Amino acid sequence: MKAAWKEKAIRLILFATASTSILIVIGIFVFVGKEAGQFAIKPGLKELLGSRWMPVSFQKESFGLLPLITGSLLVTALATLITIPFGIGAAVYISELARPTEREILKPFIEVLASIPSVVIGFFGLVVLVPLIKSSFGLSTGLTALAGAVLLALMAIPTVVSISEDAIRSVPVSYKAASLALGASKMETIWKVTVPAALPGIVAAIMLGIGRVIGETMAVMMVTGNAAVITASPFDSVRTMTATIAAEMGEVAFGSTHYRALFCVGIVLLLATFGLNIIAQKFLKKYRMG
Amino acid sequence: MRTVASQNIIAWLIRVMTYLIVFVIASIIIKIIWNGLPVINWEFLTTMPKRGGSEGGILPAIVGTMSLALGTIIVALPLGMATAIYLSEYATAGRFTRTVRLAIVTLAGVPSIVFGLFGLGLFVIFLRFGASIIAGCLTLACMILPIIIVSSEEALRSVPKSLREGSLALGATKWQTIYKNVLPYSMPGMLTGSILGIGRAAGETAPILLTVAAFYLPRLPKSIFDQVMALPYHLYVLATQHPDIEKVRPLQYATALVLLALVLGVNLVAILFRIHIRKKYRW
Repeated sequence: MKAAWKEKAIRLILFATASTSILIVIGIFVFVGKEAGQFAIKPGLKELLGSRWMPVSFQKESFGLLPLITGSLLVTALATLITIPFGIGAAVYISELARPTEREILKPFIEVLASIPSVVIGFFGLVVLVPLIKSSFGLSTGLTALAGAVLLALMAIPTVVSISEDAIRSVPVSYKAASLALGASKMETIWKVTVPAALPGIVAAIMLGIGRVIGETMAVMMVTGNAAVITASPFDSVRTMTATIAAEMGEVAFGSTHYRALFCVGIVLLLATFGLNIIAQKFLKKYRMG
Repeated sequence: MRTVASQNIIAWLIRVMTYLIVFVIASIIIKIIWNGLPVINWEFLTTMPKRGGSEGGILPAIVGTMSLALGTIIVALPLGMATAIYLSEYATAGRFTRTVRLAIVTLAGVPSIVFGLFGLGLFVIFLRFGASIIAGCLTLACMILPIIIVSSEEALRSVPKSLREGSLALGATKWQTIYKNVLPYSMPGMLTGSILGIGRAAGETAPILLTVAAFYLPRLPKSIFDQVMALPYHLYVLATQHPDIEKVRPLQYATALVLLALVLGVNLVAILFRIHIRKKYRW
């Protein structure tokens, strides 16, 4: 009887620990949402729709999120434009064209990139990429959206390569065999049979990569110049949502409007990455079933 | 894509792209080693910083990062492993299991700076820990929990069913079976995933920025309620906030190298460990 009681207790403890993940997610929404909620009551959410982010001012502070959101979108869009061809290209090369030993070296080597801390990548950007951009485009400063995008692409590429490569490799050999038997060349088979068959996995990989890009903080903060302006030019300095929180949180008074506005930025980020993640999971499920 | 020539061009193009990525990774690592190594000596690693970080060593940052990594794993490892055991051995298909899985996927996607906001709101302010090691560790633990759960569950699932059935058939209870026949074989795999988690925790900057990291604090922490310096934050400060950034460039490279060596070293240990396990256990 004692053994049965013990079994039940262990089961209960494990059940309780498994619930902590759910509690943490709820906790994140509650504690980030709580401050954002206060902001919604006092200055009101309308304040966030403005096009000027000027949290410290002698006349009137304004907390318009538009420049921050467009900043994040610009950097993310540019990073995605770089990530997609490089990520898919490398994944196709590694899975279909590389020799076996070459593959065994290339994949882990690219995955090493994922483990380099973002602040180190940001530092590299600062000392190498920023001066390079400045001199090659003749700009007054190299701290631009483009610099941020290149670094973010570097951070997204390992995710995209790794997951896409798995997806491409899990395409059944019979598909390729059928295509080759019908007289298609190797490259035709890759681009018209293998890659389309692996597409849900590749799309999921890109989504997860973008999720990482939107949420990245340190590297972006170090190289984008952090000017809160609305622009579509890759050669302008921008300020992303993540960098705003990281840079300003140290200087705000607890409970001030500015403090709460930063939590509002956090909620926007949270919802954006949450949405992307859900979509990515839908695609991943599709490719695992297919 | 009709002619052989254009096909070859595309094949070459993606080869060049792949090796361009490799080239960039190699140049990051080589550049940091090349410029950082000459600066690093025993004194740099074991003394306090002086004059706002312009001179002296980085001992408190090394100690800070190590204590954060250690504290994080102490919190996250039992939680993550227990969750993985539940999911792989006990969970039945149903709403609770689906919710737990959704929560894990969601946690894995939450931006690190949002973890920082959460840690600030819950641990630093609501629970009144203040900016402290314990607040930082708990925040980082929440962040690496999904890594540990996913890799531990994978390790548990790779233990063949027959081992469990044999034990149950001999009259062992479910927990006895797990404890004696499943955990010993999956433990190395579970630890590998956890090591990767430590690497992630050691390199993160954004969450500790809001919950623990001190700008400049040339002394060692005395308790878990102290603030500490940390390597990634120290690098950020030297590279962007220091009054004379060009002058302390060598210190930046050296700090970057110590951080990189720590994180890549931890990852290397995990990879070697994994290779070792794969050789040892073949089902």
